[in-house]
Amino acid sequence: MFSHLLSGDFPRSRVLLVVLLLILAGLTFAPFAFPGAKALNVAAKICIFIVLVASFDLLLGYTGIVSFAHTMFFGIGAYGIAMAITRLGPTWKAIAVGTAAALIASLALSLLIGLFSLRVKALFYAMITLAVATAFQTLASQLSDFTGGEDGLSFRVPEVLTPGFSLSGHPFLGVNLDGKLISYYLLVAVTIVLFLAMLRIVNSPFGRVLQAIRENEFRAEALGYRTVLYRTWSNVLSALFATLAGALLALWLRYNGPDTSLSFEIMIDILLMVVIGGMGTLYGAVAGATLFIITQNYLQDLMKVASSGLAGVPLLRDLVHPDRWLLWLGILFVLSIYRFPTGIVGKLRARAQRAP
Amino acid sequence: MSVSAATAAAQEALPTVKTDLVPLLLLPVLALVAVPLIGSFSTWVTLTFAGLAMGMIIFIIASGLTLVFGLMDVLNFGHGVFITLGAFLATTVLGTMVNWTESERLLLNLLAVLPAILVAMVVVGAVGLVFERVIIRPVYGQPLKQIMITMGGMIIGEELIKVVWGPQAIPLLLPAAFRGSLLFGEAAVEKYRLIAVAIGLVVFAAMFWVLSRTKIGLLIRAGVQDREMVESLGYRIRRLFVGVFVVGSALAGLGGVLWGLYNQSVTPQMGGQVTVLLFIVIIIGGMGSVGGCFIGSLLVGLVANYAGFLAPKVALFSNILLMVIVLMWRPEGLYPVGKR
Repeated sequence: MFSHLLSGDFPRSRVLLVVLLLILAGLTFAPFAFPGAKALNVAAKICIFIVLVASFDLLLGYTGIVSFAHTMFFGIGAYGIAMAITRLGPTWKAIAVGTAAALIASLALSLLIGLFSLRVKALFYAMITLAVATAFQTLASQLSDFTGGEDGLSFRVPEVLTPGFSLSGHPFLGVNLDGKLISYYLLVAVTIVLFLAMLRIVNSPFGRVLQAIRENEFRAEALGYRTVLYRTWSNVLSALFATLAGALLALWLRYNGPDTSLSFEIMIDILLMVVIGGMGTLYGAVAGATLFIITQNYLQDLMKVASSGLAGVPLLRDLVHPDRWLLWLGILFVLSIYRFPTGIVGKLRARAQRAP
Repeated sequence: MSVSAATAAAQEALPTVKTDLVPLLLLPVLALVAVPLIGSFSTWVTLTFAGLAMGMIIFIIASGLTLVFGLMDVLNFGHGVFITLGAFLATTVLGTMVNWTESERLLLNLLAVLPAILVAMVVVGAVGLVFERVIIRPVYGQPLKQIMITMGGMIIGEELIKVVWGPQAIPLLLPAAFRGSLLFGEAAVEKYRLIAVAIGLVVFAAMFWVLSRTKIGLLIRAGVQDREMVESLGYRIRRLFVGVFVVGSALAGLGGVLWGLYNQSVTPQMGGQVTVLLFIVIIIGGMGSVGGCFIGSLLVGLVANYAGFLAPKVALFSNILLMVIVLMWRPEGLYPVGKR
């Protein structure tokens, strides 16, 4: 049964298995184990980014395409929900309409970009997507009638998902069974479903062709696969999953603006998560996203301590300043490209293979 | 057959390369088309100079990027960090010489700006050397890793700049004598824009001279055309490449100083923000072509300023529109480089 659920793609490393189970347990029991709004927000963000990073891995790790337009599709999903609910009111129908519209928009856009520019070299594609994504971000912040401009859109969600809604008057294990909890578990459930779906895709014959293209495009073509077609499909699929992740983000935050879903910083974050976690394996997305977001939220606390401890040392003090957390992750990123290009997951798997 | 006759025959056999002047015509045509659209001639002069100044600065920054790409297929996504570094160095150097920059005398102003430019170019060039060695060399011929690692280099660079200068924007005021504008009839042209155009022309002329009249330039051009052929003739393209990379970085540092003075303030993000513009310019120019890069930069500068006046909303997308139009006309860019 597990083999079926995971599409036959097991962690293949005992340490990795333990880590993944810990993450799963942590996310499942987060509201009970780590009380407080911040912890729940962190857990929710991890879920959303697992989907987003896994969808980017589909493109970067499995197909070997570098795209900088991934946040564009993330943003389309978030804006789809935000705009639909602002127009149609906080109903489930609005959510469905918004998601559907966003998916169609992403499909069309990714197909267009793919067909036009996937024939060219990797560098060119990276540059084109960067330009398109920048233009899209400008567009979103300029069309303030539709998107709320720089301020973004705040909206309400269906009542069941609001903190005001209560399932029962009595707290369960010290936690109020409110709408926030329901939306969190909805989020976890959707994340698991989407993740397993992606696992299915990369382990299908289609996924094998993608990996063949990554390894040697010329040979894949010689074997009779229309590589352009496969690359385009990979582009489309990854865009669609990113759109869904965006929709989840908007529903969770009940807000969306250009900085929350479209900014280039997020694009860099995703890139770092994929590479540090491990390219070409979806479990890497889980490990990378979890590590990165926990670091982002809690490393700063640690650095605050270090920084105040080093208050007397001029340069060192600035190096461990809490706002400089990205510096350390950037260094980790560069090192991981050199030292372990397969990321955490690849490293763990290699070790498991060496020690039978 | 005598020797001289043989060389004459050889020279005759050499096919002469036809200079392609059509892209050159784009600039005057664009400027002329803009006249009736804008209506007022004096506004047109102001906008044209603003566009040329912006274009020249972009060219100074982008020229190194395009040459490095042409020579080694290396596209540095972290080029923006050199710009930022140059600009921040200028704030430090000029900050120590407030007396000279605030003086009304042109000579003292120049004495303050020249060291700023020099320091920026030397330091950024040195950083470029390290960057090439540490970041780029280990990932040769692996475009995927190269994109990611130069991106990582940019993240680290930007954060280090924040460590040294702090994350906030720093004002970078023009020296006193460079402020204000000159009046030509009714048209007002900012002095600094004239200076930027002049510096840009000097850099372009120097680069053109090196590339077309010296042996190093010949090797660079040949390397851009066909690297392996030049290597097989016994030249070390690698060393040449490092040189070009360092000079390209230094020019980005110079461009950063000019760009910072142009905007009158510098932020740690300024380089990253220009990167997209640089890519558009080198795509328009034909990846690897310096002449194309020059025309592309000026086109981008002019279009941005004309569009900013005529239709501010469109101006935000004018660069991308320009790129799409140029690529529809010449899919390989204005001056395609042979091997691709």
